[in-house]
Amino acid sequence: MFFDQFNYWIFIVLLMIGLYTVMSRTNLVKKMIGLSMFQTSVFLFYISMGKITGGTAPIVVETAIGAPETVYSNPLPHVLILTAIVVGVATTALGLSLVVRINETFGTINEDEILEMEDDT
Amino acid sequence: MSVFGFHFAALVVVLPLISAAFSALLRGKNLPWALTTIVSALSFYMSIQLLIEVSANGPLSYEMGSWAPPWGIEYLVDPLSGFMLMIISGVSTGVLLFARESIAKEVPEKQLGMFFSAYLLALAGMLGICITGDAFNIFVFLEIMSLSSYVLIAMGAGNDRRALTAAFQYLIIGSVGATFFLIGVGLLYMMTGTLNIADLASRFSEIEDTRPVRAAVGFLIVGIGIKLALFPFHIWMPNAYTYAPSIVTAFFAGTATKVSVYLFIRFIFTIFGIDFSFGVIQLTDILMPLAVLGFLSMSAVAIFQKNLKRMLAYSSVAQLGYIVLGIALANETGLTASIVHIFNHAIVKTGMFLSVGCMFYVIGSPYLKDLNGIGQRMPITTFGFVLGGIGLIGVPLTPGFISKWYLILAALERGTYVSYALVVAIVFSSLLAVIYIWRVVEVAYFREPPEGSTKTEAPLSMLIPTWIFILGSFYFGIETSINVGFAKAAAAFLYGGQ
Repeated sequence: MFFDQFNYWIFIVLLMIGLYTVMSRTNLVKKMIGLSMFQTSVFLFYISMGKITGGTAPIVVETAIGAPETVYSNPLPHVLILTAIVVGVATTALGLSLVVRINETFGTINEDEILEMEDDT
Repeated sequence: MSVFGFHFAALVVVLPLISAAFSALLRGKNLPWALTTIVSALSFYMSIQLLIEVSANGPLSYEMGSWAPPWGIEYLVDPLSGFMLMIISGVSTGVLLFARESIAKEVPEKQLGMFFSAYLLALAGMLGICITGDAFNIFVFLEIMSLSSYVLIAMGAGNDRRALTAAFQYLIIGSVGATFFLIGVGLLYMMTGTLNIADLASRFSEIEDTRPVRAAVGFLIVGIGIKLALFPFHIWMPNAYTYAPSIVTAFFAGTATKVSVYLFIRFIFTIFGIDFSFGVIQLTDILMPLAVLGFLSMSAVAIFQKNLKRMLAYSSVAQLGYIVLGIALANETGLTASIVHIFNHAIVKTGMFLSVGCMFYVIGSPYLKDLNGIGQRMPITTFGFVLGGIGLIGVPLTPGFISKWYLILAALERGTYVSYALVVAIVFSSLLAVIYIWRVVEVAYFREPPEGSTKTEAPLSMLIPTWIFILGSFYFGIETSINVGFAKAAAAFLYGGQ
């Protein structure tokens, strides 16, 4: 049961670690690390989905007459996830640049300290 | 439609997307603004042409790069997406007419090129979500819209540094929502082997009883719910709307969450199907309490706000409650009410946020304590705000009344005791709206302006667009054939097209 769907279990574990980090940490950089992990776990999910047992890379090969048909892995989820990786990189870059700006204006990247300052203003 | 007109379906998205790159290269106060306004107006023109075409000849399918669906990406304009395209590009164009003076005051001149670049990307993302017929493509456009909106909100940092933390909070919550959406689409693809919405819809009934599909439905509903600021997930929205630059708030209030409502309707009605959504998994039981709690509690919270923009933001969450209630009622009148309220709320709330933008331009503060006697200091702007407020409350002859009328009809159509309770809740929530609008009226007209204040109006270039929205809202409240007509056609299409 566990080892049959090893990839999917890891996907769920990573997803939950990421989500927990986002929710529990007050340091904004650690929050971004959690968010990246959360997004990365989905990449693993998509890539696992495209794999077919015994399947090869999706490049057309000439098979001899009478030989068994070649089984290909599904390339589409892999292509899709390339797009999602780009989105993930953009999100991380934007998030971290916001953290830099927050550090410049508030002088801290701890969420609790920032909230205290916000109450004052 | 001409041969060129056929390509409007692609151009309406591609034009803002490409222009974003050019806008980033432009410098100065006027050039980026002029480019953005022209592009947005062209998109508006193309949207209207598409909507007319769809109303006359039925849904329009456009094959991107001539790859036939379901292999290629299909752009599909149907009565609902055509209507959404018109709302989004229309609101965007109106807000941009207002933008020139307002944004030059809030954002440094050398950043304006980049600012309008992000604005165009957000516009392209929203239009793309509505027009595309491919589930993964929706995710891509959703992220284009979201990433640029985080940037636009953070641009408010010049006025108030809290814009940065608001943008960061929205980034975290928004990314979680989008990732849930991505997981949901992945699970659906796993079970059906297709990403085309029409294809997904036709294969959905065969696999609807499997566990991955149930999980997918959960992920999609929660993911879109977060983006929509559905009641318990709304926490990012008041902050984001309060600290963003005036025109960004006005633009997003009318469009950003409405796009998510569109996704909600698209998934619930087109892909899952009415029988599955309201028969098998009983979405009504989940959405209706959230919607009612949403509009009651958020209207109450709005009463206690000290910041005018934050008050209107909470009111927006409440209005989204009405829209979701219309969907949850699971009948054609309810869906009509939702779709017509998407339009009505867009025009009323944008008008109100633009009036607040005028006040902010002159006074430099959105706090109620600084707006004492604003009715005498800025009579034209304040009168516009109050008229908008009347539309929000839902007094007859205003668009708010039309939406609530259809919503109450839809509630009564269910004919149970719950429906009477719903009618009471809707009326009670409208009374709460009277209170928070009255608080502004009291500050504006019954308090003395501070010593030494003079009568200064915002420039005409800002007042005229504001009044277009305010007067437009009354036009659509009295002559309802356009908004209600298109909403009815869209609802009938979603119910008939099963």
